[in-house]
Amino acid sequence: MRIANRLVPPLLIVAALMYARAPFMIQAAPIESTMGVVQKIFYYHVPAAMLTFVAAFVCGLASAVYLFRRSRFADQVAVAAAELAVVFGLIVLVTGPLWARKAWGVWWVWDPRLTMTLVMWMVFVAYLLLRRFGGPGSEMLAAAVGVFGTALVPFVYVSTIYWRTNHPPPTVVRTLPPEMAAPFAWSIFTFLFFFIALLIVRIRLESSRVALEEAYVALED
Amino acid sequence: MSLLRTAWLIARKDLVVEARSRELAYTTVFFALACVLVFSFAFVQEGKAIEGASSGILWVAVAFSGTLALSRAFERERQSETLRALLLAPSERAAVYLGKLIGLLALMIGVELVLVPIVGLLFDAPILRAPWLLAGLLAAGTLGFAGVGTLFAAMLVRAHSRDVLLPLLLYPITVPVLIAGVRGTAAIFATEPNLDAALAWLSILIFFDAVFVVLSLWVFDPVMSE
Repeated sequence: MRIANRLVPPLLIVAALMYARAPFMIQAAPIESTMGVVQKIFYYHVPAAMLTFVAAFVCGLASAVYLFRRSRFADQVAVAAAELAVVFGLIVLVTGPLWARKAWGVWWVWDPRLTMTLVMWMVFVAYLLLRRFGGPGSEMLAAAVGVFGTALVPFVYVSTIYWRTNHPPPTVVRTLPPEMAAPFAWSIFTFLFFFIALLIVRIRLESSRVALEEAYVALED
Repeated sequence: MSLLRTAWLIARKDLVVEARSRELAYTTVFFALACVLVFSFAFVQEGKAIEGASSGILWVAVAFSGTLALSRAFERERQSETLRALLLAPSERAAVYLGKLIGLLALMIGVELVLVPIVGLLFDAPILRAPWLLAGLLAAGTLGFAGVGTLFAAMLVRAHSRDVLLPLLLYPITVPVLIAGVRGTAAIFATEPNLDAALAWLSILIFFDAVFVVLSLWVFDPVMSE
């Protein structure tokens, strides 16, 4: 963990520099022929969506470890990942409709990906609400929610695909030419470095919070 | 004592308590009817329900009344600290989960036996077109809903603000049950019924049940031990 903490400042600096460079690369990328300039949301929206699912998966895995091993560290990882899943999920859920309004003419369609993202986001909001308002011992209960939330992903995906078979959603053809792939990859790594830095900082904050709480309880006794 | 026998004893205890007071049965049935009434105003145009509304109303009523039954069933255990006694009993934790699940399933299926004919009558839904398929969808959907719900209601017994947290946790996680239940039932009720589609939805429900009941059995022990 100590090595991970040392990584935070360089990660943040690299991510900041990459964020600064990203708009120029995105601006230079070709304008998509059917959707026009609005398609550029893509470079922001898709990396955030990828990291939402990475965060959800990390939370589910860490929750399972916490449930069966009672490892405190796993719980701290789980809460950090759940918060990031909610934050990045919110970015996805805000940028998605902005793009959809221009590309499809509506703010929202009940397409598999959209439904799945919304349901996952709600599960992790519920996870955080349970931890915040559930009272003592809610870490364990939240861990169960984390495990269930991650196990849910394939089901929501499969059922929403079947659901839409009668009404195929407007499909966006995603065949990326290299001039678009380069800024896209750049965006993914920018988001990824920022994500890792945030995750480490949040885990450290959570472990300090727990240590402080214990010190406080020890002082009271 | 074997796992199933312990589970059956716990379920029988719940059913005896319920048979004496009938509190849950009456309140849940009337709550389900109130849901149907409220939703009918949203989906009725010029005296007739819009296409596909009846299956949605049926499943929303099942989900809402199921949540009520879940929280009331565990509130009863909490008031007299009997859940702690159950957990202290020298039996496997999984048996406690199974016992509560069987009791709740019996209650919810009893409610559905009243609810389905009423929805059929009020919305002119052909509930006898494929009775076994409809019964299968309802049974599998109820098992999935109650399977996840029993775990969450049990673990929330100790938590604060449990009344609002239960639906908050339960509805997103049971989204596949609701989608499969509503779409499967709608496929049966449609003017051009598609029984193959209903069968496909039933298989998704059974798969969901298998995964989530096993997961609940697995998670129940660590979650319920302090």
